Amino acid sequence: MPQSSQAALREPTVVVASDYFDSYAVVGLLAVIGVLFVAVAFGAGRLLRPVVPTPEKLLTYECGVDPVGEGWAHTQVRYYVYAFLYVIFAVDSIFLFPWATVFAAPGYGAATLVEMFIFLGFLAVGLLYAYKKGVLTWT
Amino acid sequence: MNDALDVALRLLIVFVVFLTFPLIVGQAEHKVMAHMQGRLGPMYAGGFHGWAQLVADGVKFAQKEDIVPAGADRRIFQLAPAVALLPYLLVLLAIPIGPGDGAVGEVVDAGVFFVLAVMGVGVLGSLMAGWASANKFSLLGGLRTAAQLLAYELPMLLTAASVAMAAGTVSLPGIVDAFEWWWLPWQIVGAIVFFIAGLAELQRPPFDMPVADSEIIFGAYTEYTGLRFALFLLAEYAGIVVLCGLTTVLFLGGWHGPWGADGLGWVWTLLKSAVLAFVVIWLRVTYPRLREDQLQKLSWTLLVPLSLAQIALTGVVKVVIS
Repeated sequence: MPQSSQAALREPTVVVASDYFDSYAVVGLLAVIGVLFVAVAFGAGRLLRPVVPTPEKLLTYECGVDPVGEGWAHTQVRYYVYAFLYVIFAVDSIFLFPWATVFAAPGYGAATLVEMFIFLGFLAVGLLYAYKKGVLTWT
Repeated sequence: MNDALDVALRLLIVFVVFLTFPLIVGQAEHKVMAHMQGRLGPMYAGGFHGWAQLVADGVKFAQKEDIVPAGADRRIFQLAPAVALLPYLLVLLAIPIGPGDGAVGEVVDAGVFFVLAVMGVGVLGSLMAGWASANKFSLLGGLRTAAQLLAYELPMLLTAASVAMAAGTVSLPGIVDAFEWWWLPWQIVGAIVFFIAGLAELQRPPFDMPVADSEIIFGAYTEYTGLRFALFLLAEYAGIVVLCGLTTVLFLGGWHGPWGADGLGWVWTLLKSAVLAFVVIWLRVTYPRLREDQLQKLSWTLLVPLSLAQIALTGVVKVVIS
């Protein structure tokens, strides 16, 4: 008897999980269709288009003059600071979504609201710090 | 068997929408831009007001020679257009256009999450193209694309989270189900921020610094020709369809309308999306391109604080009314 009740307890979760994966199976199927579409398009393109390569055509395009140096040239990457900022903020924001679904549920109200303002406060202070540091203005 | 048929039909519809709607938006852009600028736009192809212009373009693209520069990273270069395009196909599957299970490709449980995550992948295509081209312009374009995604993904995430808070669910049909008309003024700041951030993520003018033709030719796509170039363009327009659909579903109430929401809800969804697509085109004609630093500044000093404020407002109102 305990075994069967255990099975009854377990059963619903199994159904939910398989439903859950079902919807992603359809997503996967669509991805396969998409890949097939691209493959067919490229394959058909191969049959349709002319292939007449010349060294000039295969040259890297630099406004008509011969390319200078390498394409993977050294540049000053100013964006990395934004990348740091983004990673910090985005990882924080990810946690918003599960929280968003329950925060107004009965019994949560005021406490989660305070939590939210603490969270927003952290983000705002971080942003303000970056601003004061001059990260957000270009020289 | 019936289930398999059902799924096949849904996938087919999503795929057809994916192939036709971007072309409709593209053709609308040709004509709307032309008329806004006192031109006629395409008039010849297909006879009636040049309706077949994009079909003709497609035929032309398919006949063009496919050139991979000798210095390029061949495999990555060739794969990049597919990576840029396919995420939008997957997102279309999750966007509901009407009430019930019948009017959505597939109800994905964590809808908002799934949609935002998959949309972010598209930018990888531009980054791959920019790096693999071994071209200075492409590299700069790719880096600018990445920087733009970093800046604008954040307000997009935060405003989407605000709607999820309002609805108490992250499922897209669930959000539209919970929608009430007064959400419109309540979430209006979030809606505008989301839409602008989406535009910037698609690199649409006035946020098209990554492909600024007067500076870096065509950014990450400089070296592309023929079909692969066409796929990048298709990705841009599929992106417009997805963005307008998502904005409609998240902020404008999807299939809800003043009347006729029972049977013809999907008309409302399409109508709202079409109006938004028109706005996308309108903005392109109206505003000059933002400089790279102005782009970053707009996001970090205006859109991010605004979206944080929207979250605060959403939280307070939600707790007060519940």
